[in-house]
Amino acid sequence: MKRYFHNLGEKIIEGLITISGTVTSITVLLIVFYLFKEGLGVFSQTPVAEGAVLAIHPQNPVKELSAAEVKEIFDQNITNWNQVGGPNAPIKLFEVDDITDYYTEEQIGPDFEYLPQRINELVSKDPNILAFFPDEYLAKDFAGKRLELDNISVSQFLGGRQWYPTIQPAVQMGVLSLILGTLWVSLGAIAIALPLGLATSIYLAEIANPKLRNFLKPVIELLAGIPSVVYGFFGLVVVVPLIQDVFGLPVGETALAGSIILGIMALPTIISVSEDALRTTPRAMKEASLALGASKWQTIYKVMIPYSISGISTAAILGIGRAIGETMAVLMVTGNASVIPSTFLEPVRTIPATIAAELGEAPQGGIHYQALFALGCILFLMTLAINLTVDMVSAKKKANR
Amino acid sequence: MAFANNTSTQNSKRLSQNVAFWIFRLLSFSVVAILVIILGFIIVRGISVISWEFLTQMPREGMTAGGIYPAIIGTLCLVVGSMLFAFPIGILSGIYINEYAKDSWFKRFVKMMTNNLAGIPSIVFGLFGMALFVNQFGFGDSILAGSLTLGLLALPVVIRTTEESLKAIDNSFRIGSLALGATKWQTTSRVVLPMAFPNIITGLILSIGRVSGETAPILFTVAAYFLPKLPNSIFDQVMALPYHLYVISTSGTNIEASRAMAYGTAFVLIMIVLLVNLLANWLRRYFSRKVKMN
Amino acid sequence: MNSVETKDLHLYYGDFHALKGITMGMKKNQVTAFIGPSGCGKSTYLRCFNRMNDLIDGVKIEGEIMIDGVDIYQKNIQVDDLRKHVGMVFQKPNPFPKSIFENVAYGLRVNGTKDKKFIEERVERSLKQAALWDEVKDKLKKSAFELSGGQQQRLCIARALAIEPSVLLMDEPTSALDPLSTAKTEELIHELKENYTIVIVTHNMQQAGRVSDYTAFFYLGELVEYGKTKTIFTNPKDQRTQNYITGRFG
Ligand SMILES: Nc1ncnc2c1ncn2[C@@H]1O[C@H](COP(=O)(O)OP(=O)(O)OP(=O)(O)O)[C@@H](O)[C@H]1O
Ligand SMILES: [Mg+2]
Repeated sequence: MKRYFHNLGEKIIEGLITISGTVTSITVLLIVFYLFKEGLGVFSQTPVAEGAVLAIHPQNPVKELSAAEVKEIFDQNITNWNQVGGPNAPIKLFEVDDITDYYTEEQIGPDFEYLPQRINELVSKDPNILAFFPDEYLAKDFAGKRLELDNISVSQFLGGRQWYPTIQPAVQMGVLSLILGTLWVSLGAIAIALPLGLATSIYLAEIANPKLRNFLKPVIELLAGIPSVVYGFFGLVVVVPLIQDVFGLPVGETALAGSIILGIMALPTIISVSEDALRTTPRAMKEASLALGASKWQTIYKVMIPYSISGISTAAILGIGRAIGETMAVLMVTGNASVIPSTFLEPVRTIPATIAAELGEAPQGGIHYQALFALGCILFLMTLAINLTVDMVSAKKKANR
Repeated sequence: MAFANNTSTQNSKRLSQNVAFWIFRLLSFSVVAILVIILGFIIVRGISVISWEFLTQMPREGMTAGGIYPAIIGTLCLVVGSMLFAFPIGILSGIYINEYAKDSWFKRFVKMMTNNLAGIPSIVFGLFGMALFVNQFGFGDSILAGSLTLGLLALPVVIRTTEESLKAIDNSFRIGSLALGATKWQTTSRVVLPMAFPNIITGLILSIGRVSGETAPILFTVAAYFLPKLPNSIFDQVMALPYHLYVISTSGTNIEASRAMAYGTAFVLIMIVLLVNLLANWLRRYFSRKVKMN
Repeated sequence: MNSVETKDLHLYYGDFHALKGITMGMKKNQVTAFIGPSGCGKSTYLRCFNRMNDLIDGVKIEGEIMIDGVDIYQKNIQVDDLRKHVGMVFQKPNPFPKSIFENVAYGLRVNGTKDKKFIEERVERSLKQAALWDEVKDKLKKSAFELSGGQQQRLCIARALAIEPSVLLMDEPTSALDPLSTAKTEELIHELKENYTIVIVTHNMQQAGRVSDYTAFFYLGELVEYGKTKTIFTNPKDQRTQNYITGRFG
């Protein structure tokens, strides 16, 4: 009997342990599920702001407009219907506030009770009109032609350069500038961190005496422990003003500031991974080189670095990964302008920073909310690609042995 | 003799080595300098802000005066909450991977997923926490949602720590115990875990440091912009130190006026990290001395 | 004339006294074999001659080591020069992760040789000396890892020969090789002796008998007996030597 309970206890514990073992896998799967469930929703939403109507004269041959075209029209970059497949006639924009240009207050009514009717009149009268108004003012017998905008397509989403997720009347959801901004800042960070990190790892692995090494290691560990928001704060109060002064810029919040801070943050990863890699060089190989009269430095760059190159590239890739996903520090120092940067001295905006800055204001389930989840998907895929690359590099290394 | 002469190629070889090593030395020390500058800057600017009031009072006057008491308490709640979640599951999971799992595709899958989870950016955890805990489960912005999100973030760290610590234990101890008729769990809990304990505990302490400074995962799951009261239940929102620092340094009502508060908050965050690291290092040394004495 | 000579050489790994006062000289253009049970200090002694033990933390060396009449611990001696002069072949083949050609050229390049033609000639000559040329002449650009173990070891010998050392140290060069490669390597040693002073560590008594002119027997960090190989094997003076070569221990 006792034996039986004993075995039962053993089984229960084993079950518990096994279940715990699956938690991470389940979490990853759930993360993927929720990210993509919300994120893919963006492609089945119309980019017209919720509760708004875009309408034209019933005889106007234009059937559909893309979100980008709508924006161009409202920005007055497109002013003629023939630019969007219509007759040669100027586009007449109408927004609800313009109603007073056409009607007196009495005609509209003190509580706007006649407004739907007036809008209806306007739209059916003017063949060149493009009207944009809240759907609460949509008349029951509305005579105009409502324009449905195409859903945002994957290629528009990925290839579009405009990110105006809340602009009226049609939101612009092109993430190219955000993707490029992320890569731009991360590559800048690696350009700073890799030489510094590699040099430090070589110093730690081969040059420093054990005592110095024992001092340096915890210091670098500490660098990894500082919270990113503190890095961001430091960047904000020190690096940003410094960049502003040195380069004489109107604002110091630039890609460069982001790269510098991210570079510092990527250092510990790069240092420890490449130091480990350098240490895998077999002693015999080092000795062989020294025995041929090579100096220590020659041995390092002619034998150890080539030998551990895959580990060192892993370090660089992981560093990029760290930089790509970093949120707070970047949010605080890069200025967050969603334009494709042309120099490091301009503000940029990264994917994580965009999510962090905008998710709070995006209503749940709306197109903006979903677009931010879609950005999360892109970020997830980027880091997944990085992880897989690292796995592949180390698998290849194993196979080479 | 041939090798007793100094030739010019040998000299240039030595020169290039000296130059290279000096550059490396310089770059390495610049890494240290970076750390010293960051820490020094924040400590010097922050320490004058620190007072008993600062640590124990509510923020006042649009967060330009008063203290950061609710943020400290909030962060404490989140750390405790996330660790209550991450420690047991993470440790058991580590035990699963190193002790229980047979060498199969499933074990490799679990390890791969753990690796992947570790590589996911913290903002994605924030998105996920919002979608699942806040919205789907209906916890709302709450300590519960925030702790679970942070807990998931800490999970891979805890698992890896446990796994590595267990891996370091020589197999002979397990075999010895099993040979005495002990069951697998008895062996694990009475022989293996106690031996791995020092390393596990050090790793766990370091993960506390990590969790207490995370901002992105709590942005949309728990953190309150300004909430000058303490939470009553796990379904309340709280302020948190890292988010508070972000808020008052970028979007407060009066950024210039709240600079001092920001330095103070950064100082407290830095102190948490320093203390956690010191404690971990001290424990590491303490345990290794104890092992030597035995 | 002695090419390598030590006087009262002591070596400590930390507290461990690994070499206990060894005085001995190795003749120029002769092959000297070191034999002795595992852990007796053969490798340690051998590695003194090119100051390879300097790389190990906590090593302390006392006594005198002369190579071709020069004290190698003299102040103005540069270790890399010394190592150019005293080549070494290791127990396990350890080619670099480079092409066959670059492996052999490595020693020349690191010592400042730039002349391409010269390097090519020297690589070819060294590979020929190491009896590897015919096997690899069509794939010099291939990775050295594609060679067999025996070929790799001959490559390592060629690599050592390329910088024209005057002394060649070989630490159990054939222990990782098959019989055929071993035979080839032994043949090679025989030919090389004309131009080089060779010191070889071996666990194989037959090998010591076949390739060496002189043999030294070490035991627990001491030099027990040293003399002409023929004498040591046929008429050892010390009981311990006798026991060892007849296989009673070790
Ligand atoms: N790096 C080291 N640190 C400490 N002790 C060492 C080190 N290298 C060798 N020893 C010790 O010095 C002694 C001599 O070692 P050595 O390698 O010279 O022996 P050996 O005669 O070459 O043996 P084998 O035939 O097995 O190669 C051994 O007892 C060994 O344990
Ligand atoms: Mg040996």
